[in-house]
This record gives sequence, C-alpha cells and structure tokens, in this order.
Amino acid sequence: MDVTSNMTGNVWKIVVSNGDKVTAGQEVAILESMKMEIPISAEVYGEVEEIIVNEGDFVNDGDVILKLK
Amino acid sequence: MFKKILIANRGEIAVRVIRSCHSMGIKAVAIYSEADENAPHVKMADEAYLVGGPRVNESYLNVDKIIELAKEAKADAIHPGYGLLSENANFAKESKRNGITFIGPTPEVMEKMGSKIEARKTMEAAGVPIVPGNSTPLLHLEEAEIVAGQIGYPLMLKASAGGGGIGMQIIHDLDELRKAFSGNQKRATDFFRDGAMFIEKLVQNPRHIEIQILADHEGNTIFLGERECSIQRRHQKVVEEAPSPFLDEQNRKEMGETAVQAAKAIGYRNAGTVEFIMDENKNYYFLEMNTRLQVEHPITEEITGLDLVEQQIKIATGDALTLDQTDIELNGHAIEVRIYAEDPKTFFPSPGKITKFNIPTGEHIRHELAVEEESTVTPFYDPMIGKLIVKGKDREETIGNLVLALEDYEVEGIKTNIPVLLEILTHFEFKRGNTTTNFINDYLSHSKV
Repeated sequence: MDVTSNMTGNVWKIVVSNGDKVTAGQEVAILESMKMEIPISAEVYGEVEEIIVNEGDFVNDGDVILKLK
Repeated sequence: MFKKILIANRGEIAVRVIRSCHSMGIKAVAIYSEADENAPHVKMADEAYLVGGPRVNESYLNVDKIIELAKEAKADAIHPGYGLLSENANFAKESKRNGITFIGPTPEVMEKMGSKIEARKTMEAAGVPIVPGNSTPLLHLEEAEIVAGQIGYPLMLKASAGGGGIGMQIIHDLDELRKAFSGNQKRATDFFRDGAMFIEKLVQNPRHIEIQILADHEGNTIFLGERECSIQRRHQKVVEEAPSPFLDEQNRKEMGETAVQAAKAIGYRNAGTVEFIMDENKNYYFLEMNTRLQVEHPITEEITGLDLVEQQIKIATGDALTLDQTDIELNGHAIEVRIYAEDPKTFFPSPGKITKFNIPTGEHIRHELAVEEESTVTPFYDPMIGKLIVKGKDREETIGNLVLALEDYEVEGIKTNIPVLLEILTHFEFKRGNTTTNFINDYLSHSKV
C-alpha cells in the first residue's frame, strides 16, 4: 500500500522511520508548498516498509512518499 | 534621480514597482529564478537576469548573487518589494557597502523592528501603547510558564523573529502551553534561525488596523490614513479596506499621530506601516512595524491619489517630502482582495497551469497581477496570483462594485479563493462593518483555519 503526495511541493519532513507501525490517519510526512505545510497521512493501518523520498526532495501530485505493508 | 533600479522581487509587486520606475523615466532591472523565466515582471523589465534555481534560497534570497547582479547591471538602487529580502537588514547593509542605495529605512532600524521583542521595548519607551506581555526573550518552557501565569490566559505565543503567521499560536491554558512551546520554538529556529519566543495577552475579538506613514531624511513624517486588514486566514490577510468602517475622525487622527510618534522615535525613513490591533472598546496596541511597502498599499493610493512607490524612490534619492499632513485628504473608499491559488474550502494550495484567465475591467477596477493566461503557478512561492482593488464613493458602493467585479473574474485550471471572497463580501456581518480577525471562523461555513 503506497502513501502518495496529494500535491506538488517539497518534502519538508518525514516523521516516521522504516519498521514503524502507523494507523489510518496518522501523519507520516509534511510537504511544503506555497509556503504552507501540508501534512500527508497514511490512509490505512500498516508498517513502514520503504521510504521512497528524502527530505528536501521535490514531489509531484501522486508521487509515492513511502510504502506500507 | 536614479537612472536604473534593480527590483529584488518577483510576482505582482515586481510588476508594480517596474511600472512606477517607468513612469518616472527610470530603467528597471528584473531578477528571476528558473521557475519564473516567463513571468510578467521579466517581460516588462528593461533588463532581466537569472539569479538561480526555483527555490527562494537559491534565487530571491541569495543576497550575494543579487548584489553581484545589481553591480553588473550598474543599478544605482535596489527596491526590495515586500516579503523575501525586504526586511533583511544584512541585504540593506550589503547594498550600501557596494554603493547601491537600498530603497527603505536604515539597516539599524530594520534590525530593531525585525525583532518583535526589540520593537515592543522601543515602542514602550516611545510612549506607544503595547499589548501586555513580556519584553525579554523566552528560551525555556519554565520561563514561559512563569510569564504566562503573570499575564493570564488566553494568550498568544509568538516567535520573536516570526512573520506571516509562522510560529504564532493562541494558548488557552498551561497544558496547551506545555504542548506548544518546544514545537513552536523549533519551528521558529528552523524558519528564522532564532528560537526566542515571547508571550502577549490575547486581545479578544480584535481588529487589525494599520497606519501608512512616509518619512524623509529631514525627519518630516506624515501619515496617510489607515487600512483595516482584519479578515485573515491562517494569520494572512485576505480582504483589506481603507478607510476602516470602525474608526471615526478622532480615532484616525489619534492613531495616525501615534504612528508618526513611533516612526520619529526610531528615526524612520521611507514608507512604513505601523500595525495595531484594536479591541471592541477601541483600545489599540502596537503590533509591529513593517519597514517596507505592504501588499495592500494600493488601497491607500486609491483614496489619497498618491503613488507610494514613487514616494519611496524620491525619498531614497534624498528628496524632502513635498507634502505635509494638511495636504493629505482621503477620498472615497477602496477595498482590495487577494486572489490566492488555493482550495476555497480547505485553503490548501492549488498550484498548476492557468488555462483561462478573464478579468473584469472598469474605471473603478485596478488589477495587480503576477500571472496571465497560460501561466503556471508553481509550488515554490506564495499562493497569491494577484490583487483586485476596487474603488467607490463610499463603502456600500465599493462593496457592490467589488462583488460585480469578482463575479466576472474567471480563472480556470487552478482553484482560487474567489468563492470565499464572495461569501465574505456578501455576508451581512461584513456589510455591517463587523470585521474582526475571527471573521472567517465565526461567520463562514469553513474548516477552522
């Protein structure tokens, strides 16, 4: 299950690590777009399998931020 | 008079400044980032220089590179616009050191007003009313708890170096203070490299009213009436008007004179704005001084007939003001709305390509624009794509004109806040002049902002 970006912007912070268990609705990353912080949340319960992006990366709408299993 | 001015900014304000340069016969030099290659300000300038990558720290905040370009272009002066480097004292210092006039006050004054705590102290000493709070920086939660206990809740926790609403939060009790302090402090450190916090008593149901001033090198200082900018989302202004529907002639004069007193106390030069908050009983308190042109300066221009950018440039050349207080007459009413590329319900940004851009025209309508049809709104900068300024003989007529203009304002391809602007302007509480900083939360059917 992928957690994707819902907006074009910069990855400001990744707030989880590999192996973390997350619940549905939990904030996993924060994007910065147009001087605003946009929280990105997991939609389902899962464990962080792989973090795809780095802090500071530029992402487009729909890009995968991290993978959950 | 200057022959050539470099505009260290982008978007609508760069276009706005270039226009005044041209009307004064001055050549305008634009700078741009890789994301702004096709921006209107680049096309309009006499010369344009690429300054760097799309992110602001690679481009519009790169002091060394901008100064280097100003020298290469042989600019005599730099106009910083608003935001970006406009309140950066080091940029003003570097300009001066390289023999280029910075259009604004001295770096010393900018430094003093840039620190909110320093500004509070200075204003207190000058006899300007300030919000009850602490005037020494708080670095630890323990100190904050003590000060909060003395001042009482609810209160406002702020970053000393803050701006644009970042690092600012309303705190209702000790528990909230404990939760918020370290996070906000960290945020302030990340954004402004300064973790000093301070606490002010929360003024309930306030209005935001600011006074525009002009001051020359001889110390002549005048005020150009007020602007009311109470309607905000995420602590950023959305609707601004002049004059304020809340003030009478006596209030206006008193606040204007207080602002002049504040400006004189710090040896202020050039155009500046003294921001106040005012409670329901018309008690007003100093909030901050903006040592630059404001986003909403056009509404003052509309009711005074002055060109504030031209005034700034003339003052920067060393000319004395040719106006005194008795020359300032306020005529009619003006309202500005900021058009943001954002979702009107959630206020989340909406970058993208503008596929259709059709804007209203008329003699009482003024546009300040950062985009045109086919422009791409990138995620790198502020979401404001333009400002619509409308004039009328009185407030009622102005609101009517503005509603009609907004109904004809067509933007496709991105979302804009136009629906929420219309909701505000047609709301009976707005018509009654019931404009406070809580307006959107109190009266509109929106998620909390």
